[in-house]
Amino acid sequence: MTTSTEPAQRGRLQRIDWEKVGLSLAAPVLAVVISVVISSIVLAVSGRDPFQAFNIMGTYGSASDAQVATLNKATTYFISGIAVAFGFRMNLFNIGTEGQYRLGALFAAYVGGAVNLPSFLEIPLVLLTAMLVGGLWASIAGVLKVKRGVSEVIATIMLNAIATSVVGLLLIPGRFAPTVSGTSNSIQTKDMAASSDFFTITTQGGELYGFVIVAVVLGIAFQLVLNRTRFGFDLRATGRSEAAAQASGVNVKRMVLTSMVVSGALAGLIGMPDLLTTTHHFGQTFQLNLGFIGIAVALLGRNTPVGIAIASLLYAFLDVTAVQLPLKGDFPQEIVQVMQGTIVICVVVAYELVRRYGLKRQQQKVGAQLAAQAAAAAKKEVAA
Amino acid sequence: MTPRPSPQRNEAPAEHQEIAITASTPSPSKGGDPGAGTAAAAVELRGITKRFPGVVANHDINLTVRPGTVHALMGENGAGKSTLMKILYGMQRPDEGTIAINGEQVEFSSPGDAIARGIGMVHQHFMLADNLTVLENVVLGGEKLHGIGGRARAKIMEISDQYGLNVRPDALVEDLGVAERQRVEILKVLYRGARILILDEPTAVLVPQEVDALFGNLRELKAEGVTVIFISHKLHEVLSVADAISVIRRGTTVGDADPQQVTARQLAEMMVGSELPSPESRESTVTSTEMLRVEALRIAKPDAEGIERVVLDDISLTIRKGEVLGIAGVEGNGQAELVEAIMGMLPLTAGTVTLDGTDLTGALTRSRREAGIGYIPEDRHRHGLLLEAPLWENRILGHVTEEPNSKGFRLDPAAARKDTLRIVQEYDVRTPGIEVTAASLSGGNQQKLIVGREMSHRPKLLIAAHPTRGVDVGAQAQIWEQIRTAQREGLAVLLISADLDELIGLSDAIRVIYRGRLVADADPATVTAEDLGTAMTGAASGHLESDETALAEAAAIADEQFGRSDAPGGGATGTDEPSDAPADTAADDAQAGE
Repeated sequence: MTTSTEPAQRGRLQRIDWEKVGLSLAAPVLAVVISVVISSIVLAVSGRDPFQAFNIMGTYGSASDAQVATLNKATTYFISGIAVAFGFRMNLFNIGTEGQYRLGALFAAYVGGAVNLPSFLEIPLVLLTAMLVGGLWASIAGVLKVKRGVSEVIATIMLNAIATSVVGLLLIPGRFAPTVSGTSNSIQTKDMAASSDFFTITTQGGELYGFVIVAVVLGIAFQLVLNRTRFGFDLRATGRSEAAAQASGVNVKRMVLTSMVVSGALAGLIGMPDLLTTTHHFGQTFQLNLGFIGIAVALLGRNTPVGIAIASLLYAFLDVTAVQLPLKGDFPQEIVQVMQGTIVICVVVAYELVRRYGLKRQQQKVGAQLAAQAAAAAKKEVAA
Repeated sequence: MTPRPSPQRNEAPAEHQEIAITASTPSPSKGGDPGAGTAAAAVELRGITKRFPGVVANHDINLTVRPGTVHALMGENGAGKSTLMKILYGMQRPDEGTIAINGEQVEFSSPGDAIARGIGMVHQHFMLADNLTVLENVVLGGEKLHGIGGRARAKIMEISDQYGLNVRPDALVEDLGVAERQRVEILKVLYRGARILILDEPTAVLVPQEVDALFGNLRELKAEGVTVIFISHKLHEVLSVADAISVIRRGTTVGDADPQQVTARQLAEMMVGSELPSPESRESTVTSTEMLRVEALRIAKPDAEGIERVVLDDISLTIRKGEVLGIAGVEGNGQAELVEAIMGMLPLTAGTVTLDGTDLTGALTRSRREAGIGYIPEDRHRHGLLLEAPLWENRILGHVTEEPNSKGFRLDPAAARKDTLRIVQEYDVRTPGIEVTAASLSGGNQQKLIVGREMSHRPKLLIAAHPTRGVDVGAQAQIWEQIRTAQREGLAVLLISADLDELIGLSDAIRVIYRGRLVADADPATVTAEDLGTAMTGAASGHLESDETALAEAAAIADEQFGRSDAPGGGATGTDEPSDAPADTAADDAQAGE
């Protein structure tokens, strides 16, 4: 073991291809820069000073309470991004994380409110419920794809709409919501038992979600499963070429179903940081669109945990600081959505350009190196 | 299966008969037959150099093509033939050098310029719209020439008759066979006024009879004064049709040769740049132990219109340890389905598959691979590689559950990398490292990696579908050698190939597949490529046996060029005395091109 790892260790340094690193950074950086330019133009055209806007965001963003808020939001975005990325890595576009997390959160909140167990049982029960429901909901799209060849994109989009109706149907008082609402007029599930509270870390800037740690663990697990297991290899192979994967012995249909369910189960966790730390119930005010943000974050982060983490932080920062814009000056908060939107569009285009360029560049490099080798060999031949 | 003796041919192998080969120094007017006179060359390329960032694709290329001749351009894959032709056709501009057409110096900035100068190109992959008629395809993009109606039709018929192309203007292209489509492509180019035709590997898709017909067309074209540049790496075809040969290696012209004097072996050596491995005598390695048994296999699947079609019917075959069973057939007659059925990628309608006594009929692809089936797929880009993944990940592909790639459920990248290095070395994969993507290797090196990967797991049965397609001569010989070595150790091989020489040379037995059925069988020792070709078109069935004179002739040609076709098998002759067959046969064949 010791002898065999040694060459591998030495190889690792050479293996870091700085050009490749530079190329992969170029795309997202370029996308962010372009989006800043575009939103500046939009602001300038509407007669406002873009620099002041960015200044407001920057100033607020450096305050410690904003930083904690950013981290908390980023935690949720990260989980959402990981859920989406799991499917993306095998070319499976699970657009349905939105519906999966909302149904998961609803059921989790209901179960959490119905039972009162000690924390070490209550919390896992709630989390498992959310994952199970999310996975089951996603499996519908998986089965449709495997059995009937229905595109998972269409199926999951439709399932999002259906999930909204199902949530509305179940939140009727007397079903998942108590007949008499406790404190407010809004309809919501019963508050969960106190034992379901997830721990938080007290900081200067406020309470930091303990889920940050869960997110980190998820990220590491994601990386390990994909890169260090047979299952992960099969998944990536399927993503790169379904035909080659099938010929290599991957049961593609089972793979589609499995990763759809795993993606859905991860999506079930999206609502958990909020549910277990702040809201404690599921109601009409439960945050929407977290699933869609996950798609953007996964795209920007290139489906890798580190990339998704950075993308989540960026998105969370924009969301948190945007609130300050109308308060501290005459700026529309929506400018942040313009930025987020342009980032996604730019990044998709930029990645494809960079991918093609990189592939071509490597072919040429290999050609050049082989030509050099051949020339050296020819020289030797002549000399001999 | 009778063991067959191999010819012990130890005739002086390539004691370089320099007579026929002239080094290509910048001196013009080499190659071509002497009778062509001193008229201005149809095409004259001088000192062509083309650099791509980091690579020199062409370096100081000199080529003189005389008018009204068939000039063959030979070279291994990746030698720079395509780049050169793209330059001549105006698709790329040379960095240095000059192009002269009919004695006039020209500069092309687009294919349009080349077409205006009377140059036309027939690509390897046909560019025809299936749902249009021949007439519509021909006039498409050339509407201004002769309109799209009666005048165009008359012109097409005129060209067709003039060159014996036998084209039906109102037939739908989708109803045409490969050979006929090719003639449409040629007609399309002539219709646009081409007097210089570039044909890029035109015979790759044809059966022997169709090749002969194509060569007949080329001779007609030549007789009418059209100049043909013929790109190929099939030696005997070049020898039989070309008036002059130029060989390209590593991006530069290494020499011109006179087809009347040069031997196939010398040509092959010019292309590869080193002496080819000589075929060694080979004992039959076929044993009596059954390895693969396929019984009453039947596959029916719905086609695009949803109608059930039987793609394979009543297929029964056995392959024994150490035996190579060759499947001959025109592409699309069920070969691909047969492979996929044995690999477990297509569900069977009926029948059984048994490997080494184990019933695999219901097994998944992965368990079949684990049971010992190695697979060299027909389309390596689609089925054999992850193009955008590094080489070491490609080494894992298909064997992720086996040593050294994984331990239990964990992947073992370190061991996989180490083993990839071994494969790269043992199988001579030319690559700067194992971290580069598979897409950056040339076709031959990709194939060597696949062969290395499959052989590394000591398969019991190897399914080799077109194992040397698109692979250069050097790699071809290596791959054949590797298959033979494994065969000696008891490997059973199912060989599917469109290259009949390869089939005859490598196989111990041959079956012919036609419309999803095995219609004929043959002993490679007693059959010629021509007779196999006949059976492939459905015109013959049962047991094939060619008459002796034809066999002797074929053997002579094979021996003449044994660097290539003979290498896999060590001879296709049984009782005949191959050394008695006069070597002139090949030369006669070559002269037939006059």
